[in-house]
Amino acid sequence: MYEFLQFVSSGMTVGAVYALVALGFTLIYNASDVVNFAQGEFVMLGGMTTVFLYDAGTPLWLAAVLAVMITATVGVLLNKLAVEPARGASVVSLIIITIGASIFLRGVAQIVFDKQIHRFPAFTGEDPITVAGAAILPQSLWVLMGGAAIFGVLYLFFTRSVIGKAVLATANNRLAAKLVGINTTAMMTLSFGLSAAVGALAGVLATPITLTSYDVGGGLALKGFAAAMLGSMGVPAGALVGGLLLGLIEAMTAGYISSDYKDAAAFIVILTVLFVMPRGLFGRAVAERV
Amino acid sequence: MRLKSTLAVSALAMMAANPAAAEIRLGAVLSVTGPASFLGDPELKTLEMLVEEVNAQGGINGEEVVLIHYDDGGDANRARTFATRLVEDDEVAAVIGGSTTGVTMAVAPVFEANEIPFISLAGAVVIINPLNPWVFKTPHTDRMACESIFTDLTARGLSSIGMISGQGGFGTSMREQCIDVAGEYGIEIVADETYGPRDSDMTPQLTSIAATDGVEAVVNAGFGQGPAIVTRNFAQLGIDLPLYQSHGVASDAFIELAGDAAEGVRLPGTALLVADLLAEDDPQHAVVTAYRAAYEDRFEEPVSTFGGYAHDAFWIMAQAIESAGSTDGAAVRDAIEATTGWVGVTGEFNMSPDDHMGLDLSAFRMLEIVDGGWSIID
Repeated sequence: MYEFLQFVSSGMTVGAVYALVALGFTLIYNASDVVNFAQGEFVMLGGMTTVFLYDAGTPLWLAAVLAVMITATVGVLLNKLAVEPARGASVVSLIIITIGASIFLRGVAQIVFDKQIHRFPAFTGEDPITVAGAAILPQSLWVLMGGAAIFGVLYLFFTRSVIGKAVLATANNRLAAKLVGINTTAMMTLSFGLSAAVGALAGVLATPITLTSYDVGGGLALKGFAAAMLGSMGVPAGALVGGLLLGLIEAMTAGYISSDYKDAAAFIVILTVLFVMPRGLFGRAVAERV
Repeated sequence: MRLKSTLAVSALAMMAANPAAAEIRLGAVLSVTGPASFLGDPELKTLEMLVEEVNAQGGINGEEVVLIHYDDGGDANRARTFATRLVEDDEVAAVIGGSTTGVTMAVAPVFEANEIPFISLAGAVVIINPLNPWVFKTPHTDRMACESIFTDLTARGLSSIGMISGQGGFGTSMREQCIDVAGEYGIEIVADETYGPRDSDMTPQLTSIAATDGVEAVVNAGFGQGPAIVTRNFAQLGIDLPLYQSHGVASDAFIELAGDAAEGVRLPGTALLVADLLAEDDPQHAVVTAYRAAYEDRFEEPVSTFGGYAHDAFWIMAQAIESAGSTDGAAVRDAIEATTGWVGVTGEFNMSPDDHMGLDLSAFRMLEIVDGGWSIID
């Protein structure tokens, strides 16, 4: 029984990171129809910036806050310098632009930071908490709580605030949103900034467990994209469920079947789901909204 | 008159083909950038430093050494192109390089076809077995790392182990070698798990290993961030078994990443890593201390095992060219094969026509991490 709990805690922790990356995809996809493959790079930037600020003597909390702000700025710049000038280009071109941006960011990180693997200390100690025989790291709870908090805040933002509703309106119908006086360009910029901030937060929360280096972004983007597709691209709840499900499938397969088939099992489940429900688990919501 | 000018032209052509008789052109193909940059970067720095050192002392046989290097970015295709360029355009006399096994295997045929002595800096046993008459290597093999770990296990009276290996080239190759050689040491591998190169949590695999009956120790084959995470997860789960890592993570960075969890971890490492702990009369003491001081003074970063491979490759090549008295390929090759009893930072090299690495198990020191530092187990 303790094994099952151990696998669940492992799967949830990894899954929460996937979910946050998937949420980042969703935020930008909703506002601009672009699948932003530089999403993993935001996670990397969040982690790496915190590491370097912390090593330079900045208190951890301040380093984390600064890292999120810096990454959000990078997200805004990505939109202003790369995506916005190409407005009117086809979605495929825009996606290719984001792939280019991810390679660029990775290259810059290699020069600005370095090529080594890094970590910073966990927020509240490294001693595992034992729950019914399963050892859970305090940092895992931070990742789970942090992830839940981010989803909660964004939910409130989108349902209760005028700006949040304006972003949703832009997502639904850009022309109509413009006609009612919403600055759609600003909403897109906001989406990129938010998405980058969410990615950076994921990096800050997860780095004490997962470690980080300049090239962690690619793998995370792939898993996050898979999670977003599983839950249906563009649905925040789908990102949450898709991410956690992906993490749990990986952990269960590695624990009960064989670690060799871990990734294969995850992708088989995704393919099966997409075969039966081409829009993903939460696909219907998209159909209704549009 | 006509004949004379023809002669003059052909003499000029010959001079162009041999840019300068009084220089030794040494080629290098290294992965200075890209995913294997942690290998190629210290290797190139080491070569540049040593070439300068040799030239300051008057070169080899009075001839200046010129280093011509290309960065393959870890891409075997590109490396192959550069290898051809080294041979055809740069007309190098000898080549050092191939930071990874993949790159080495891609470029080796080029040097073999042109009969140019080539010393690789990559680990896998396939580079020298089957033997290629023109290809040598200075790093120890992953098979030797397995043997070294198994020797230590046997000394501790342990015989059944669980393995957890990275799915990258290094982990896969070492896992195969360990499984292959385990029988010779009476070691039984009762659990065998893997993890992906970008995985961030190995607790499921370790939980299964710990739950397997009869596991007495765990061996982790891999490099990069994987082993650090495995070590942390191992401590998190409170698994009370000896944990062995491979030579792939033998660096201070590993202790830093794994933190307190690294306490008690054992791994086979080179003398270079524990230069401070070597006895004064240790045969490697002088060469290790000198290289470390020179490298760290100049580049202001900690010396790495990988730079050490380049150090040994360069001196073996330099000595071979010196004793051959020329840069004739076959003569240099024979001189490399004649290298015996030469002590480098990686170990004592005893090359022969059948052994193009020349290291034995004594090149590995079994190390244990104690109080956040290294200690030598004997």
